[in-house]
Amino acid sequence: MNKLAAMITKRIVFGVLTLFAISLLIFVGVEALPGDLAEAILGQNATPETIQAFRTELKLDLPAHERYFAWINAFVHGDLGKSLANGRPIAEVIGWRFANSLLLAGATALFAIPLAIILGLLAAIYRDSWFDKCISMVTLSAISLPEFFVAYILIALLSVQIFLFPSISNINDQMSVFQKMHAIFLPCLTLAFVVVGHMMRMTRAAIINVLSSPFIEMAKLKGIGRKRIIVKHALPNALSPIINVVVLNLAYLVVGVVVVEVVFVYPGLGQLLVDAVSKRDLPVVQASGLIFAATYVFLNLTADVLSMLSNPKLRNPR
Amino acid sequence: MVALHDINKQKPLLDIKQLNIEGFDGEKWSSIVKNMDMKLMRGEVLGLIGESGAGKSTLGLAAMGYTQTGCRIASGSIHFDGLSLTDAPEQSVIELRGSRISYVAQSAAASFNPAHKLIDQFAEGPVQHGIMSYTEAVEKAIDLFRRLDLPDPENIGFRYPHQVSGGQLQRAMVAMAMATDPDIIIFDEPTTALDVTTQIEVLVAIKDVIKELNTAAIYITHDLAVVAQLADRIMVLRHGNLIEAGDARQMLDNPKEDYTRRLLAVRSLGEEKIRNEKDPNVILDINGVSAGYQKGVNIVQDINLRVKRRKTVAVVGESGSGKTTVARIVTGLLPARGGQISFSGERLSPDLASRDRECLRRLQMIYQMPDVALNPRQKIKTIIGRPLSFYFGMKGKEVTARVKELLGMVELPESYIDRYPAELSGGEKQRICIARALAANPDLIICDEVTSALDQLVAEGILNLLQRLQNELGISYLFITHDLATVKAIADEIVVMYKGRIVEQGLKSEILKPPHHDYTQLLLSSVPEMDPDWLDNLLEERAAA
Repeated sequence: MNKLAAMITKRIVFGVLTLFAISLLIFVGVEALPGDLAEAILGQNATPETIQAFRTELKLDLPAHERYFAWINAFVHGDLGKSLANGRPIAEVIGWRFANSLLLAGATALFAIPLAIILGLLAAIYRDSWFDKCISMVTLSAISLPEFFVAYILIALLSVQIFLFPSISNINDQMSVFQKMHAIFLPCLTLAFVVVGHMMRMTRAAIINVLSSPFIEMAKLKGIGRKRIIVKHALPNALSPIINVVVLNLAYLVVGVVVVEVVFVYPGLGQLLVDAVSKRDLPVVQASGLIFAATYVFLNLTADVLSMLSNPKLRNPR
Repeated sequence: MVALHDINKQKPLLDIKQLNIEGFDGEKWSSIVKNMDMKLMRGEVLGLIGESGAGKSTLGLAAMGYTQTGCRIASGSIHFDGLSLTDAPEQSVIELRGSRISYVAQSAAASFNPAHKLIDQFAEGPVQHGIMSYTEAVEKAIDLFRRLDLPDPENIGFRYPHQVSGGQLQRAMVAMAMATDPDIIIFDEPTTALDVTTQIEVLVAIKDVIKELNTAAIYITHDLAVVAQLADRIMVLRHGNLIEAGDARQMLDNPKEDYTRRLLAVRSLGEEKIRNEKDPNVILDINGVSAGYQKGVNIVQDINLRVKRRKTVAVVGESGSGKTTVARIVTGLLPARGGQISFSGERLSPDLASRDRECLRRLQMIYQMPDVALNPRQKIKTIIGRPLSFYFGMKGKEVTARVKELLGMVELPESYIDRYPAELSGGEKQRICIARALAANPDLIICDEVTSALDQLVAEGILNLLQRLQNELGISYLFITHDLATVKAIADEIVVMYKGRIVEQGLKSEILKPPHHDYTQLLLSSVPEMDPDWLDNLLEERAAA
């Protein structure tokens, strides 16, 4: 067990280091944005004095590295700073938005992941049958279509032609769980179209890859049925790639859904980020960037750990 | 009634008639097994022998009504106990597999599912076929593990495949095949991947168990000496055709076909060598060297060995004895911890990075697996041409001319120059590896199990080639192998290694003559001989000792 613990610890340390590297990248990226923040915010009426005062207040007159360490230090202590646009604490601005993003991602994942894995297993069991071919074609088309296109088609069909679901996914705290689910049904479906294809195809490929192993032939020669071979013999040995693709898609669901959020006017973190960039609300941009990065790193870390645990050689040392 | 019983007894358990099996090579179907007839009686052991590509594994699998992906049964019939495996519904054939006919694969390490415990894999067949409950299967497993002499039979099944050794795993697989008391077991090269000392354990286990339970068996191997220990009857296959079939003893004493005779002759290959006794300088001198991978743990300890010009020194030992480590030390891949290595009188720096190009050139290596040692995306010309430009700065036409010359030296046609490794056979690929080593004009070539992955006849060709090159070019070889037949054929001097130490060394004639060191004796006596009584006699001797 020691070896496994050591490997996991190593991953966690690398994850933290990665986060620091990303925070630096975000900071440098924001620094490199063209134009002067103070002038942009104060507009054309600004006098040199107000600009100077504004800079001093935001500590923009300090050298870059000092501001970076001040920012990171505050961040680590839970202080995300204040929004420039409305002066509210960023934690407050981001908090409920991030919760909304997680809700959308979680709801999608809840039905998309089992669906994708079951479809992948079925495709592998009935490999090269019409079922397999159909499903491969459908998922491939779903992946190939841009998500906003899928979104508008769904709106046209399920919201305009027959009014089943709202085309604007506005949610608030007063709504019941059922109402929320109803409201976010269309964005969920759109996202599912994108991620199910990936995960299903990877599941199928990973299993078919294992199917050429000698132990699968051995199982066949033991007279084991095809379904049992796939589920009992192939799946446990194909877990690592499947876990990785699932987590990668989870990460996409949390951090990569800006387009879908915009189409459905969903109050998620992605939309906030877009707004903040256009308003030059830099502290918000930095904070959301870092939250996205943290989510990504955390999920990938989870994938690594789960992959290691799925390996019997690491779970049961000699 | 008695008469009827007798007739039933005479009826073969397995009856294959005029069987044709074809394989798809991406373009067309080609024949793998041709017009094969095969009968197997209850309790009989049939040996199928031939080199790879002879169709013996395909035929063995066909006895289970099974063909590998990309193969099909084109015509002919397979009857098992009255049931036609080619016509019966698939479900009833699947029911037979793992219950009445079972299979033991060549590599147990690859054929056990790494994700499940041995016992669960053992029980899966019987439970799925509805023959016994899981608890009954566990009891049966423990009983069979004990019969097969596995250590700690009560608990070994609860381990994962990677937690037991190769020989134990192979025996566990034999146990798994016996789980349902099948009528027939098909053994597909079950000892080929094992070293000689482990091979004996597994052979004995197989022999005892099938005799005791009166199971019929098909034993597939390329090693005549192994099959001689077990089989009642032998069929010799080549290119999918039956060459010769008959009683095991008769065939070994009096082979009718030339091909069988050649298979028999491989074992006693080229004992005499043309020797040039001049120039006995020492080319490689290893003095008191130790090395290991982890801190403080030495894999090999206090190695002293000398290779003379134009001589072959063979390092033998079972797997894990440290013989490959010695090769890695000499090449500098694993820097030595203590001691000294000198190469034609000069001190050799222990790690690869600090050796100069001239030193690299004079010391070349040939590997066990030619498939892995050749870049599949490079043409032969690039592969052999690389050392020519690297060491001698040759260019263009000069390279082409020299590559052709080298191909000639390894007895391959010049036209191979534009081929890719995938277009060559295993033996041809190994010849390319030899040509690549020769391109550097080396003084010493380290051969790491160069013939282990090859069939006997192909291996014989490679050994003869190496011998000829030594006579012509005066190269020295450090020959790493676990195969004593190879050693007998090619070595001048022998170094026997055991657990990281040299236990005996000297001229071949001295080492192969008694008295031996205990371990050398064990190794020597473990090499199967053609005598069908060899295994029984050996066990008696060992029991008496």
